Amino acid sequence: MNVIEIKGLTKIYNSSEVVVKAVNGIDIDFKEGEFTAVVGPSGSGKTTFLNMLGGLDRPTEGNVKIGGVDIWNLSSRKLIDFRMNNIGFVFQSYNLIPVLTAGENVEFIMQLQGKSKKEREQRTKELLEAVGIGDRIKSRPSKLSGGQQQRVAVARAMASKPEFILADEPTANLDSKATSGLLELMSEMNKKFKTTFIFATHDQRVMDRARRIVTIEDGKILSDEYFDRD
Amino acid sequence: MLISISWRNIWRNKVRSLVIIFSVALGIFSGVIAGAFFKGMADQRIQKVTKTELSYVQIHNPGFEQTSDFANFISNAKEIQDKVSKIPNVIGVSRRISIQSMAASAETASGVLISGIFPEEEKNVTNISSKLIEGEYFEGISRNPVVIGKKLAEKLNVRVRSKIIITIQDMDNNITSGAFRVAGIYSTNNNMFDESNIFVRFTDIQKLTDFPENAAHEIAININDNENLATIFSEVENITTNKLDVKTWKELSPEMNYLTEAMDMYMYIFIIIILMALLFGIINTMLMVVMERTKEIGMLMAIGMNKGKVFSMIVLESVLLSLTGGVVGIIIGAVSSKYGESHPIDLSMWAQGYEQLGYDAFVYTKLDPNMLVNVTVLVIITGVIAAIYPAYKALKNDPADALRME
Repeated sequence: MNVIEIKGLTKIYNSSEVVVKAVNGIDIDFKEGEFTAVVGPSGSGKTTFLNMLGGLDRPTEGNVKIGGVDIWNLSSRKLIDFRMNNIGFVFQSYNLIPVLTAGENVEFIMQLQGKSKKEREQRTKELLEAVGIGDRIKSRPSKLSGGQQQRVAVARAMASKPEFILADEPTANLDSKATSGLLELMSEMNKKFKTTFIFATHDQRVMDRARRIVTIEDGKILSDEYFDRD
Repeated sequence: MLISISWRNIWRNKVRSLVIIFSVALGIFSGVIAGAFFKGMADQRIQKVTKTELSYVQIHNPGFEQTSDFANFISNAKEIQDKVSKIPNVIGVSRRISIQSMAASAETASGVLISGIFPEEEKNVTNISSKLIEGEYFEGISRNPVVIGKKLAEKLNVRVRSKIIITIQDMDNNITSGAFRVAGIYSTNNNMFDESNIFVRFTDIQKLTDFPENAAHEIAININDNENLATIFSEVENITTNKLDVKTWKELSPEMNYLTEAMDMYMYIFIIIILMALLFGIINTMLMVVMERTKEIGMLMAIGMNKGKVFSMIVLESVLLSLTGGVVGIIIGAVSSKYGESHPIDLSMWAQGYEQLGYDAFVYTKLDPNMLVNVTVLVIITGVIAAIYPAYKALKNDPADALRME
């Protein structure tokens, strides 16, 4: 079943001197449970592609349907709500809220959703244990290593039970051990919960785990390959 | 949740926040202590007006205040006095003969207002008896004793036991005079009052002028608390069946009433000016906060925090910052004001000037709890206003652009 359907996705940046087509008419679908790496050199358009997919950057042309909903036809308020309930984000520099503990960072999105305290606390505990840092629930990000912070970020992304998770260079700031741990974790989450993961990455280690690799160059899909990883 | 995040965000940069908090605290402290000072000053003046000079309520025959016509008296003053005495919260009622006259010594003369009083009755209404600095309150002189003010004594160059001649117009409009001897000299620290008011026994002036026994020009009423003024005033009007001129001290001394009300207004203007000056500092701080957290705010919007919540978070931070400073300033100001209620501020260097205007040179501060509440509200409003522009800037963030920032 297609979770995401993309048709003719285009992003054009107009400046006074030059017109840049960052993304140029991309058609692609993503199914439930896919573990996909979107790769390409710097400036290829992969981050812009992910931003449009995630409802952060409005496309110049084309549409993005998630669960059958054309997100770019939603009002700005409804789009924010849609992101909150359907899309999880894992960022390159973790982007945890520094004044909240690990547990509070995970709970935060559930508070935005209006979940009860009991439900929030229970799910937070489960998620942090699932990502392997259940004992650091009361630690602030400044007290956690990069790898641990990124695990919290994954738990936060999972908290709202999203349709899919977008991860933009999630391993860029991690050492090799932390990267392996994180990828192992995401892979487990993908298998256990059937959550779709879409990465924008340069990292070969991510590509080695991905079961689908979409290569983008000059804003177009150069290749779209599936791999059997077990 | 937002309150918790906002409160913690304030302390991300402790030094910067403490500078703002200290500034607000200092500004509010200044306002509160100045307010308490001026309120204390005004209250002391009102105390003087009501306890020494005018009393709380006065009753006259219609027209007496304007003309001071000796023949315009309240004929059943004793009866009214007895009825008014029974009103709850009334602690003293006195009848007075009131005449404009001339007081002369061997050296000079001065225009004065004579109050013919029943000394023991008058003690329950005004506190002149406790203001004596020389002599006695109608004791020590058996015939025609008079109590005069210090300023008048200096002007006439008289002392206790000195003789002064009082010249007045009697009931038949004849000019008559009587010799009085100074029994006591008082000082209220109001030079104007001290120079122009003298007190004689009701019976002495009655004999001199043939004044009717149960009558009076003026009935003065003392009450236990200014809060009861309106109720008592209403009851006095009922007793007099609205046929007499009944006035409170506010009407008898409208400039005093105006001063009290104006003082409150001036204090709020003063505090608002302080807060406006602080406003720009807070705006600057909040703008820095928003700029530093552009990426974080972009992330919050990306993961689903709507614009309303982002706006509220920024406003809350500003309000909490201002309020923390405000509360500190209010507490220090309140404690200082409380201390000043029993330890007066010494302005004796300018005593002469103050006393000329009727004010005390030693000022006890007076804390008004209502003012503290109102100041708190003003601080909150300042915090909200200071946050509007920075919050607007925060909402202008594009999450995608913000997240690209390193």
